[in-house]
Amino acid sequence: MNISDFLRGSPDGIDVSGPKLIASFDVFGVTINLTETVVLSWGIILVVMLLLLWLTSDMKTKDVSKKQVIAEWAVLTIYGLVEDTMGKHWRKISPYIAGLFTFSILGSLISMLGLRSVTADFNVPLTWALITFVLIHSTNIRTHGLGGYLKGYAEPVPVMLPMNILSEVSTPVSMSLRHFGNIVSGMVITSLLYFALSVITKKIGIAFCTIGIPAVLSLYFDLFSGFMQAFIFIMLTMVYISNADGNAEET
Amino acid sequence: MENELIARAIVLGASALGAGTAMVAGIGPGIGEGYAVGKACEAIGRQPEGSGAVTRTMFIGCAVAESTGIYGLLVALLLMFANPFIKKING
Repeated sequence: MNISDFLRGSPDGIDVSGPKLIASFDVFGVTINLTETVVLSWGIILVVMLLLLWLTSDMKTKDVSKKQVIAEWAVLTIYGLVEDTMGKHWRKISPYIAGLFTFSILGSLISMLGLRSVTADFNVPLTWALITFVLIHSTNIRTHGLGGYLKGYAEPVPVMLPMNILSEVSTPVSMSLRHFGNIVSGMVITSLLYFALSVITKKIGIAFCTIGIPAVLSLYFDLFSGFMQAFIFIMLTMVYISNADGNAEET
Repeated sequence: MENELIARAIVLGASALGAGTAMVAGIGPGIGEGYAVGKACEAIGRQPEGSGAVTRTMFIGCAVAESTGIYGLLVALLLMFANPFIKKING
């Protein structure tokens, strides 16, 4: 390989790219791209739906089966977490939190099957963060009234207005970038490691270092990081929404 | 042709330097999170019964403190894998 080939971008080596485009439709002049992320997201939704349908089928009040115990434990855990963080009257938001957590953790852990993480596509965390953004502001308007909500931007002094708007806008940006950045950095580091290990293996001729080392790193970058980011995302969602709630003192 | 190659070399080298420099942003969150975790350990040592709440709060605080580091990382990744400057030379 000479220098000019390298400068034009060599065909082999590390390639970190976005999700692959599977198909592209043209609906009324709008191009809809069916990417890897969309397909895998629908797969996750289907798996979770079937799992929940199976877990909640034929529930009884007496002689409860093992799967019903698991389902009850999951629901009570989420209820407990939401009530601890946001107060009792926010229990109604638990389905959203549970859905977010499940989708986030499965979307990150899907990389352990050798597929591309759903959350390594910026569109996915950004969508969640925008839903949370809408929830924060609708809660704020509902509890403070529109006048009180708009007045909140001029607190404590009206000079702070641009700063307050900026901080409100930066909430979904930082939430989504944090989740995306953590997952994508794990993906990049893992692919760099696989590249380096394959080079070493090619030099030595024995595949001894490709066996144990990736598993340890995968444990941190896929399992721990994926779980942690899902947890942090739902915690931040709950904290932001309950901060926007003006009636929080009543509980 | 020769000029274009030189221009590409300069842009690639500068981008690599920029990517490395962007990761200096990792220092701040590292120090900050270490301090936060140290304080959390102290708090748990003083009040072991509150370890759950302390750990939860600490993780949220760490996540928030981490954002600046993540921004630096994203700039570095952008420079390495989706370089916006090299496209200008092609065009």
